[in-house]
Amino acid sequence: MFDVDLSMVNWARAQFALTAMYHWIFVPLTLGLSFLCAFFESIYVRTGDTQWRSLTKFWMTLFGINFAIGVATGIILEFEFGTNWSNYSWIVGDIFGAPLAIEGIFAFFLEATFFAVMFFGWNRVSKRFHLFSTWMVAVGSNLSAVWILVANGWMQNPVGMIFNPETARFEMNNFFDVVFNPVAVSKFVHTSSSGFLFASLFVLTISCWYLLKNRHIKMAKRSIVVASVFGLLSSSFVALSGDTSAFEVAQKQPMKLAAIEGLYKGEGPAAIVAAGILDPTKQPGDNKDPFLFKVEIPYLLSILANHSFTGFVPGIEDLVYGNKEQGIESVASKMAKGKSALNDLTAFKQAKKENNEISAAQSLLKFKVNQDYMGYGYLNKPEDAIPPIAIPYYAFHIMVALGTLFPVLFAVFLYYASKDALTKTKWLLPIGLISSLLGFFAQQSGWVVAEVGRQPWAINGLLPVHVASTNLATRNVQITFFMFLGLFTLLLIAEIKIMLKQISIGPEED
Amino acid sequence: MKHGTTSIKNIYTFYRNGFKGMVLGKKLWKIIFIKLFVMFVILKLFFFPNFLNTKFDTDEEKSNFVLEQMIRHTSLNNPK
Repeated sequence: MFDVDLSMVNWARAQFALTAMYHWIFVPLTLGLSFLCAFFESIYVRTGDTQWRSLTKFWMTLFGINFAIGVATGIILEFEFGTNWSNYSWIVGDIFGAPLAIEGIFAFFLEATFFAVMFFGWNRVSKRFHLFSTWMVAVGSNLSAVWILVANGWMQNPVGMIFNPETARFEMNNFFDVVFNPVAVSKFVHTSSSGFLFASLFVLTISCWYLLKNRHIKMAKRSIVVASVFGLLSSSFVALSGDTSAFEVAQKQPMKLAAIEGLYKGEGPAAIVAAGILDPTKQPGDNKDPFLFKVEIPYLLSILANHSFTGFVPGIEDLVYGNKEQGIESVASKMAKGKSALNDLTAFKQAKKENNEISAAQSLLKFKVNQDYMGYGYLNKPEDAIPPIAIPYYAFHIMVALGTLFPVLFAVFLYYASKDALTKTKWLLPIGLISSLLGFFAQQSGWVVAEVGRQPWAINGLLPVHVASTNLATRNVQITFFMFLGLFTLLLIAEIKIMLKQISIGPEED
Repeated sequence: MKHGTTSIKNIYTFYRNGFKGMVLGKKLWKIIFIKLFVMFVILKLFFFPNFLNTKFDTDEEKSNFVLEQMIRHTSLNNPK
């Protein structure tokens, strides 16, 4: 079908997914624990109670372990860009180069200064300066996440750029459009607040373990109160930003929304599927019911997608085959425009080769008419524009179900903490104990929704993944896939082992 | 000038004492160094060369190659 071995592309995708998923174990803990440490220390500085100080130092140690194990694991993604995704890497270099460089420089200076004060500065600098450093680490860690999410947001909704056929690059023509891309903004808020939520669950898990073991009771109770308040607030942000994200997806990536809802035929008002089992034999256009079983909430999908009760939400078939009534262009029509754009690009290249500037200029003008459809020119058939359905559908529903459960969990913990009855509610503590694991699944599901749901695109509508990849031997990618699997698993084992030892030791003083 | 020298000395002492006083930190630094060595010396050098940098010297060559790749996919998918 394509001149690139598709198995290589799939291995490269699997390798990228593996690296990103492992990386995303460490990152949300860093994002959230840094703020929790800042809260704990603020209470210590305000009250002067030394137990808050030992509590802060304990959580700071776990933060340090997570940071040390996780640091630089994201750089491997950049290695993969250069090797497995060299076309993509070149094509977007002008857009991503600046944000990623800013992130690197920012992170370096932050880590070299405030991290040192945070870990070495107890008793060496004033209380207030130490607290300031802890806050700076929290703010800085989260700000450094901005740039990578700006890059990811741009891939989902490419704005503020123009394609230059002379350099074969998307070149930035409006920095602010790229940085304030609505998809990037909602992605940053949703991602960072979900990191806060995950870190709150992490604190809950360890504190519940102490309560179950009847150790460090006071410290555990205090940690639960702060983590539950932070977790509850974060849950609200996750829900609000999730709503904004869904709205943005509906406008910019309607196919992704249709896939995560298993919506084949568009409707308005549209109901959201609260729970359901997809029929694995369902194919677009076969008129079969896509669900073996489902429970729906009426109007909710219209509200999410259009912020109206009755707004039409296009389904997969509307988007692939077109819907004149709703003004939706078919993929076949977009493919024709895309192929025309690519033919003009070919003509431009040929004219340049022959030093025929007039012909090159004419081809360039024609190319610009259809350049926004360029990616569709690489598809073989309209159905190629459909992402896998089952994976993002189930991932989305797992994420939403868990995201609904967490605020309830935090509220219940706060309620029993306010009654000073945490140690008496034995049924609640085991739930708190496994809550981090649930948070882990919710986090990973979120990224699965974002990344699998946008297939087949590396850059939405402009560059499919098979054109973005390097034509390498599959064997090479397989080897490095298993090397990463080994390396990351070792790092994860190291993290868990060192953390468990520190948790077993507990805070310095009680 | 003297004040500046004292500040630099204080910062140096701060970092030196901080590193000397590490307990768990020493183990974590070892992990960080081993990880960075594996990543940058083994993985980057032997398994993850930058494809375009190893094949081409100039940006113009890289542009031409990538554009050819984009067009090659077109001709295969859309034979004239």
